[in-house]
Amino acid sequence: MEYIIIIISAVFVNNIVLNQFLGICPFLGVSNRISTATGMAAAVVFVMTLSTLFTYLVQYYILDPLNISFMQTVTYILVIAALVQMVEIILKKISPALYQALGIFLPLITTNCAVLGVAILVVTKEFSFGGTPHMLDLPQSLVYTASMAFGFGLALIIFAGMREQMDLVGVPKPFRGVPISLITAGILSLAFMGFSGIV
Amino acid sequence: MARESNFKNMFLCLLIICFGGSALLGGVYLITYEPIEAAQVAKVNQALGGVLPQFDNLPAQEAYEVEVGGRKATVYPGTKNGELTGVAVEATTTKGFGGQIKVMVGFLPDGTINNTAIISHTETPGLGDKINPKKSKFPLQFNQKNPESFRLAVKKDGGDVDAITAATISSRAFCDVVDLAFQVFRKSIQQEGGDQ
Amino acid sequence: MSRMKTLVNGIIKENPTFVLVLGMCPTLGTTTSAINGMSMGLATTFVLMLSNMVISLVSGLVPSKVRIPAFVVVIAVFVTVVQLVMQAYVPALYETLGLFIPLIVVNCIVLGRAEAYASKNTPFDSFLDGLGSGLGFTLSLTVLGTIRELLGSGSFFGFKLLEGDGILVFILAPGAFMALGYLMVLFNKLKKA
Repeated sequence: MEYIIIIISAVFVNNIVLNQFLGICPFLGVSNRISTATGMAAAVVFVMTLSTLFTYLVQYYILDPLNISFMQTVTYILVIAALVQMVEIILKKISPALYQALGIFLPLITTNCAVLGVAILVVTKEFSFGGTPHMLDLPQSLVYTASMAFGFGLALIIFAGMREQMDLVGVPKPFRGVPISLITAGILSLAFMGFSGIV
Repeated sequence: MARESNFKNMFLCLLIICFGGSALLGGVYLITYEPIEAAQVAKVNQALGGVLPQFDNLPAQEAYEVEVGGRKATVYPGTKNGELTGVAVEATTTKGFGGQIKVMVGFLPDGTINNTAIISHTETPGLGDKINPKKSKFPLQFNQKNPESFRLAVKKDGGDVDAITAATISSRAFCDVVDLAFQVFRKSIQQEGGDQ
Repeated sequence: MSRMKTLVNGIIKENPTFVLVLGMCPTLGTTTSAINGMSMGLATTFVLMLSNMVISLVSGLVPSKVRIPAFVVVIAVFVTVVQLVMQAYVPALYETLGLFIPLIVVNCIVLGRAEAYASKNTPFDSFLDGLGSGLGFTLSLTVLGTIRELLGSGSFFGFKLLEGDGILVFILAPGAFMALGYLMVLFNKLKKA
């Protein structure tokens, strides 16, 4: 039951892009076609879950025992950057096919603020199931992160679908490009607000 | 401009930058450590001063924890000349729209709510953040009410509280946290009574 | 004269928000009121100025292959400095801006300026460039914050101008996207005219 609440809340209610404003750059940047959007979404799910696994361990087994949580930002960004590099190298060796599909998105992910944002959220936000507020444990954190990443993918793919249609429409000149995308994203976000209150 | 890369200079360069950065941060941390602690203490004291009636003790030093139904809250008794004048309860709910809401509720010894103050919250600015007495009159309706007779739920749920327009979830969460504070208050009064 | 140009360049011609469309996350996430937008902008400006200066100082010594990691560490260090200082002296503001302060690290503007400008210019020019880009960013955040606050809660920098609630949607997430979208339309239209 807890997991279902975490998943629904992360994918729909607190959608990372449309509600929390994280990862807007790739959301606007790689949403021209559905195929690229799907690739990006897959890469984000993969890297985000993996990086949260590592930052979670770093937080609870290195930073907290040493009482140096103020180094959080520095260590997290280094862990994420190193991880992305490693994933890229390993993927190239082990599965060239997967590398072909996800490779070009990997460098973009280091500067995707959604990855760092969720890694920080997981260890700072308290959640409540049946009354007592508590921090997420490791399996819950991973489910939460994966759901957040799925929420990102969902928003990205829906948005790409809308933009593909929009290419066929005559948009007034000052609206072309980013402005009309932002306004569309606003309407999409309005639709997602309908989910608020279900958990 | 940039140098040739080889293993030795890449390693050294990153090592020096990380080392220098950590040293700088350690320094800044030591300088800001005390102000950060002081700011947190000042926040609690300010809230205590706002919600308790007159007191001449140091409630923050006499604080203790009470658990009701698995939820913990901190109790700060306020006394004047050794006489109990009021009790402040710092309680937390996670039912807010944005997550956690931490509230300080001040009770008179008979259970009447004296005043409330928000310690921290992540409600939507301009909407759910009206639970803050500085932002709207919503929390003022609790003052001088006794939860024995004043039902702590929004009118939609059959209570006596006028919810904030378009922020029912935040209003419910606020009622929830005040209710928890009241239960904690009752339990702490009973315990004190038992001791005597 | 050319230094003046460096400074002004970032504010109008290469405005990070309206022209380069960088740093969208804090732009949308923190502009619920004018004062929040402005504070976020100033925090970013501080990081930009110092990281630009330091990066320009060390860039000659850094081997090219570890350039990006080295820059990121420098930026992260300054972000943490901002975090600690804000926590100590303006705790209320720190809580309001929350997650978006550590996220300055991954703000494309900061790394972008480091790569495009600071690694090729003198420390003082880089400092000015950082100041210019930072002020441009602050300006757009303040403008967007003012508009959203005015429409959404009927107040201006916290002063209540209109009684009542205003158009609530502008304070919520959808309003952020739409307000920025229409503001960009206006910017494009004015630039043509």
